[in-house]
Parts: sequence; C-alpha cells; structure tokens
Amino acid sequence: MPPDRPDEHPLLPLVARGLTFGINGRRIIKDVSFWIGSSGRTVILGPNGAGKSVMLRLCHGLLEPTGGEIRWGELSVSQAREQQAMASQHPVLLRRTVKGNLLHVLSVKGVARSERPALVDAALERAGLAGLGARAARTLSGGQQQRLAIARALVLRPKVLLLDEPTTNLDPAAVRGVEELIGVIGAAGTKILMTTHDIAQARRLAADVMFLNDGRLLEHAPAAEFFAAPKDPVAAGFLAGELPG
Amino acid sequence: MNEFSSAIGAALSMIVTFDAAIVEIVLLSLRVSLSAVAIASVVALPLGALIALQHFPGRRAVVILLNALMGLPPVVVGLMVYLLLSRAGPLGPMGLLFTPTAMVIAQSIIVLPIIAALSRQTIADLHEEYDEHLRSLGCTPIQSVATLLWDGRFRLLTAIMAGFGRAIAEVGAVIIVGGNIQHATRVMTTTIALETSKGNLALALGLGLILVTLALGVNATALVISDAARQRYG
Repeated sequence: MPPDRPDEHPLLPLVARGLTFGINGRRIIKDVSFWIGSSGRTVILGPNGAGKSVMLRLCHGLLEPTGGEIRWGELSVSQAREQQAMASQHPVLLRRTVKGNLLHVLSVKGVARSERPALVDAALERAGLAGLGARAARTLSGGQQQRLAIARALVLRPKVLLLDEPTTNLDPAAVRGVEELIGVIGAAGTKILMTTHDIAQARRLAADVMFLNDGRLLEHAPAAEFFAAPKDPVAAGFLAGELPG
Repeated sequence: MNEFSSAIGAALSMIVTFDAAIVEIVLLSLRVSLSAVAIASVVALPLGALIALQHFPGRRAVVILLNALMGLPPVVVGLMVYLLLSRAGPLGPMGLLFTPTAMVIAQSIIVLPIIAALSRQTIADLHEEYDEHLRSLGCTPIQSVATLLWDGRFRLLTAIMAGFGRAIAEVGAVIIVGGNIQHATRVMTTTIALETSKGNLALALGLGLILVTLALGVNATALVISDAARQRYG
C-alpha cells in the first residue's frame, strides 16, 4: 500500500520489513513487508494455512520472528503490546464467571479496585452481555463467548485490537453480533487488525485488505480496489472461488 | 460366624457411644494425617507449579521421578525416617522417634510426591491452555501463577484429598516410626493391625468401619467437588 499520511494514532504506522518465521525447518512466513498507516480496519485475508494467525501473533509479539522486524510507530512490538489486546478463534476464557474474566484483566493491569465495577458494567453493556455477569464464562454460547473475549480485550481501551478469525464456527446470527461489535469498536478509533478466510466478511469489514497465501503477502490494497480488481492472479482466483494451488 | 456378628455389634456400639479409646485413636489419626498433608501441601503445591512452569535441564527426568515417587512404599519411608531419628541417627538427639511428630514426618514424605505430581499435571494442563492469553495480557510470572492456581483450585483440592486418603490409610511407616504405643502413637491403622492379631475383633472392626467411611468419604467428596466445579465453571 502506498505510504499516505498516518492518522493520529500512537502505534501507527505498523511497519514490517523482510519478516520471516519458521518452525522445525518449515517456513511459515516468507519475506513479508508492509506498511499500514490508516486507523481503519485492516483485514488479513487468505485461505486456511496461509500463515494469517502466525502473522497476527508476530505483530502482537506472541511469536518471535526468525528474520526481519516489526515496528508499531516509534515502539517495538513488546512495548506496543501494552496498548494492544487480542482475541482469538477459540477464546481462552478463564474458569470464572463472566464478570470474573473481566475483573481478572483489570486486576492484572493494576486498575484501582474502586474503578473496576463501572468498567466491567460498561464492557458488558457494550458487548450485549448485560445481565450475564454472574454466569460461568465457559457455559455461554459460542457467540456470547466470543463477544465476552472481545469485551475483555476492550475493557482496558487498547489502541489496537487484534482478532484472529473471530467468527469461525459461529452461526450467522452470532456472526452478526460479533461483526456489529467490531464495527462499533473500529468507529470509536481503535485500530483493528483481523484475520479471516471468509471473503464476504472481509468485504463487510475491511478498509484495506492484505492477501496472504502460502506465507507470502501477495497483495495489499484498499478494500474497494482489491475487491473490484485484484492485481494478483492468485488473489483473483481466491475471490472467484478457486482453490489455491 | 456368631463371634463375627457379635464383634460387629460390639464395634457398632463402640462407635455410636463414642467409646473413649476409639475417639482418642481417631483424633490422633486425623491430627497426624492432616498435619502431614498440610505440611506436604505447603511444599508440594509451589514445587508442582515450579516444575510445571519453569524450563530447566533435566525437567523431564524430574517429572518422571516425581510420578514414580507416588508409588513410594510406606514401609521403606518408615525405615528411612526410623534410621534418621533413631538414637544413633543424624537426628537422634532430637528425641523424635516414637512420637506423633515422627509419624507426621514420615507421612509428609509419602504424601508430598502425590500432591506435587498431581498439582504439576493440573497446572501444566491449564498453563498450556492459558499461556497465550496470559502473555497477551503481559502478566508477570507471579500474576500467571496466581491465575493458574486460582483457576485450578478445585483440581488442586482433589490432589490434596488424594494425599490425605493415602496418609490416613497408611500403616507401614507409622508403625515403624510411631511404635504403636498406647495413648501415645496408636492410630487407626496400627491399632487394627495389633488388635486383629490379638483377637480383639470388636475394636479392630470398629476402627476399620470408621477408616473405610473416612477414606470413601474423602474420595467421594473429591469427586463431587470436581464435578460441581466442572459444571459450574467448565
């Protein structure tokens, strides 16, 4: 994507140069470079096994790259992580109540006890989980669990939210609930970086699309441009419903 | 058969009338085994967490050793503690042999690997699941351990109860280091062994009934707790 003027965002632009990642001799991310300056929703699109989740974890610092580097604005990945939150495909919910899951985050981050209840209630309200605070988190439905995971990620008002296939395995109504929540969060100024293999979802949510296939970034373009006329032949094939070879 | 049924009758009446001899023995058993479990837990829970979370050379060997030690024969533990505490032993001057303290020491040694190995497994499993979330949050090591211990609390309680079940039912170690002295170091298991050989079946049976009830009760409680926790928290 051509460098434009970065929005007023402390963690942008997100810049990766020559990023590689391998494990057990297998290369999963192959020499990827990109520049993300806009605070709109960035979607990493690609088939299963393209390396999307690994890429997201590299950006969040959960994995160490074997080569290349990532910077979030002026900050290193580990510095930037303090202002980020992540929710993944299979949300890791603690064996506690819904409220307990939110309170845990606030306690880890040292938020004053007196401020916690208000933050918890606001987060539950925003995620459409008001009234479910006393339920055990792991007994919620799939869609509710994912909304709780996102609410928990948001309770500290992160500057960046990373979402790894947030709606996989959810039914259409639950997908709508999660996507609406993502829309509200993005509109409030939180940078969203998410992965999906779902083309329709990418169309609905993306401001810009990074198309990843077999560990390589094949195209990075504004969503309108990408969906109207993808420049990369593999991306065009993927959008046309062909299985990547 | 007649002798047997009259022994059962006598045993039951001793239990329901809170016979002084039985009460004394049961209380000492509980005191010794609960103390042993408490002491072992203080060491075993952090040890289990440490082995589960720290990477160090030889960790795999330590895990295998710990699991193997769960099967430590109480008689051998009794012998080792006896050698340590006997007049000629390194701790002989402390005069602990044939006291309840000696029995607590022996049972702590038997129970420690059980609680440590089970809690290591619990914490390792939870850690595998929680690790990415805790790192994403930027948890300090202490915050991570606290989270894992709290979320594993019911399974850890089960581990502690397994240790208690083992301690209360154990006879080989306490009979060696305690000496089975009346009004001093006589616990349920050692009394049953002695009274049976003396032919005093009523007392042996009475204690046997209490011991079985306790052992089954502890195991059933552990199961109920962990089931309820699973239903409640998933």
